[in-house]
Amino acid sequence: MWFFSEEHRMLQDSVRQFAKQDLAPKIEKLDHEEAFNRESFKKMGQLGLLGITVSEEDGGAGQDAVGATLVMEEMGAVDASTTLSYLAHAILCVNQIGRNCTKDQKHRLLPPLLSGEMVGGMGMSESDAGSDALAMKTKAVRQGETYLLNGSKTWITNGPVGDIFYCYARTGQNRKDISTFIIERGMPGFTTGKKFSKMGMRASPTGELVFSQCSVPLSNRVGQEGESIKMMMQNLDLERITISGISLGIARASIETATAYAKERKAFGKPIGAFQQMQERLTEAACRALTYQAAKMWDLGEMKGKEASMMAAKAKLQSAQMATQVALDAIQILGGYGYTREFPVERFMRDAKLMEIGAGTNEILRIIIARQMLGSEVVDV
Amino acid sequence: MNFEETNIQKDLRELTRRFVQKDLTPVIEEDEKNERFRPELIRKLGDLGLTGIPVPEAYGGAGLGYSEYIATIEELAAGNMGYAISVAVTGLPQIILSLFGSEEQKKKYIPPLAHGQAIGAFSLSEAGSGSDAGSLRTTARREGDFYVVHGTKLWTTQGDLAETLILLARTDESQKSGSYGISAFIIEKGMPGLQYGKREKKMGCHTSHTMELIFNQMRVPVSHRIGNEGDGFRIAMTALDSGRITIAAGAIGVARAALDIAVGHAKHREQFGKPIGEFQGISFLLADMAVQLNAAKLLVQKAAWLKDQGRPFSQEAAMAKLFATDMAMKVTTDAVQILGGSGYTQDLPVERYMREAKVLQIVEGTNQIQRMIIGRNLIHKEK
Repeated sequence: MWFFSEEHRMLQDSVRQFAKQDLAPKIEKLDHEEAFNRESFKKMGQLGLLGITVSEEDGGAGQDAVGATLVMEEMGAVDASTTLSYLAHAILCVNQIGRNCTKDQKHRLLPPLLSGEMVGGMGMSESDAGSDALAMKTKAVRQGETYLLNGSKTWITNGPVGDIFYCYARTGQNRKDISTFIIERGMPGFTTGKKFSKMGMRASPTGELVFSQCSVPLSNRVGQEGESIKMMMQNLDLERITISGISLGIARASIETATAYAKERKAFGKPIGAFQQMQERLTEAACRALTYQAAKMWDLGEMKGKEASMMAAKAKLQSAQMATQVALDAIQILGGYGYTREFPVERFMRDAKLMEIGAGTNEILRIIIARQMLGSEVVDV
Repeated sequence: MNFEETNIQKDLRELTRRFVQKDLTPVIEEDEKNERFRPELIRKLGDLGLTGIPVPEAYGGAGLGYSEYIATIEELAAGNMGYAISVAVTGLPQIILSLFGSEEQKKKYIPPLAHGQAIGAFSLSEAGSGSDAGSLRTTARREGDFYVVHGTKLWTTQGDLAETLILLARTDESQKSGSYGISAFIIEKGMPGLQYGKREKKMGCHTSHTMELIFNQMRVPVSHRIGNEGDGFRIAMTALDSGRITIAAGAIGVARAALDIAVGHAKHREQFGKPIGEFQGISFLLADMAVQLNAAKLLVQKAAWLKDQGRPFSQEAAMAKLFATDMAMKVTTDAVQILGGSGYTQDLPVERYMREAKVLQIVEGTNQIQRMIIGRNLIHKEK
């Protein structure tokens, strides 16, 4: 992108190298065994990636959304599932702590999260509140200096392995009475439920968070009671922009693998290469432009409220669909080989499918876009 | 024209469905995980009369047609693609031998396959020869009353389990590539000189064995050759024409299973205070899935009917395979989408359906090859 700074390029280079040296040799086994790569998390800590958007003053890398998206793309091209766990940690948890917590809270929470000693996550979705996030039922009731939490969260990336969760809970009757609490592993009444077996993103553990009379000190509440909606929604936009980086990475890797294969493989006496890959490259390039433009606009603060959501939704929807299609086509180009685990394209496809579901399904994003264009009175949810 | 299923088709469907419910469903998720295939289930299918449906009764088959065969394949695929493919592949030697085999070969090899007492396989592809089947390099050199077979085959479904395997090899080495000079042979399990290579690790269809077979100076009696020298390519292509109909039927089965789950979910899952199926975004997706599935099913039925009538069916078989398998990919992918997070987990089989659907776009001629065939047929017709 024309607006990548020298610093962005250096970041891109170092992450590309890290992904190649550290993530690439491990992912096949992790994917097969559904195991989490804690070791590489510590390496990311040493490289300063775990607090990518946190200010330098707070010990982070002080990067913008463009930089964070670049990291997702570079790691995503090699190992999308560890990248997804990284995103849950760095964007959904650490970024929010950096933006919304008090000095004291940051001082206590950030060091182990930035070093990789602890893994972070975010708790929003529930079994009956997926696309409809504000339907969440987990309740927090204040009792003096503590809150008692009851309920459960599901589809939590890093749930089974995480130590610190940035969680939302209902503190009033109104649909919008949502507050934020920092939940730490070991708190009485807090357990992590079952781990899901998944089609893809298998090195990124997904699970449940269960609160049963979980007692959370007042000092773990983030911001004021009942005022979390805006922060929650804003971060959803950043999540959608940065997660698009993972889609771009998967698509890029799929195209690279398919192209290399198409040049080599012969059928009917000539390389199978000369075929319709141009279309794939064009859609990939278009999605890349859209994603980084959304990131740049986010950084410039040019987008506010609904406009920001719309741009993020467009980038996320387009790049997720593109990644799934490109990965599917890559398998098709490799034929039988593409279907085996000897090549990574079948993993790329399994991973890509989640991009169309997590952080807002395709369907919800279409509703967001259509509502912004036509007005909510026309597009009813 | 008649769109009503016959009683025989209904019975076969019911019989297969009961087998799936009773014998397959209880073990399948665990077996998929462990990459385990149960040959005893093929014997059971044989006992039910389901492994030799389109083969003449004289050789132990049911003496029915493809219109009946596809009902069983569809139902099996709705349970597990690995077993649908296994039955289809056990069908290939039966179909090849009943068309091209000598009376002696038919009598010896078809009945055990048709009864499910033996498993069949078909070995054509090689590392450097997939879509371009005519470029295969495995050789069969004549030495007196034997052929000496040498070479390595890839992607042979259940090649290690098969009692009867049809092998394609080059008998005329002056023809380095191209369709001439290829012959077909019957290989029996236990014949010395065949070594089982690696079993492929795949994206889906984990129950099914996908094998590398290494033929090392294997001596095959001349009596094992099917037809004449040089008939092999035609034999293989005829088998693939028929195989395309069964693969298309598999696509119908897996897509239907996915759509059923998606519809059930859309009715019961509530968001924003109502079932998600009442949102246009979901109901339009479901509508498109149903339309595509129905259209594909009619194409497959037509190809089967043409074959049963003894009319040319190659073009329709290619169309059915292309359309039905692309449809299955789309429908299973959209079913995962409608189920959202639940669809992505292994708690429900829809993600498995999606992984299974993908292989159908590759086997029995990739969908790119089907387009080539269809296009070529159109041009030749014009002339």
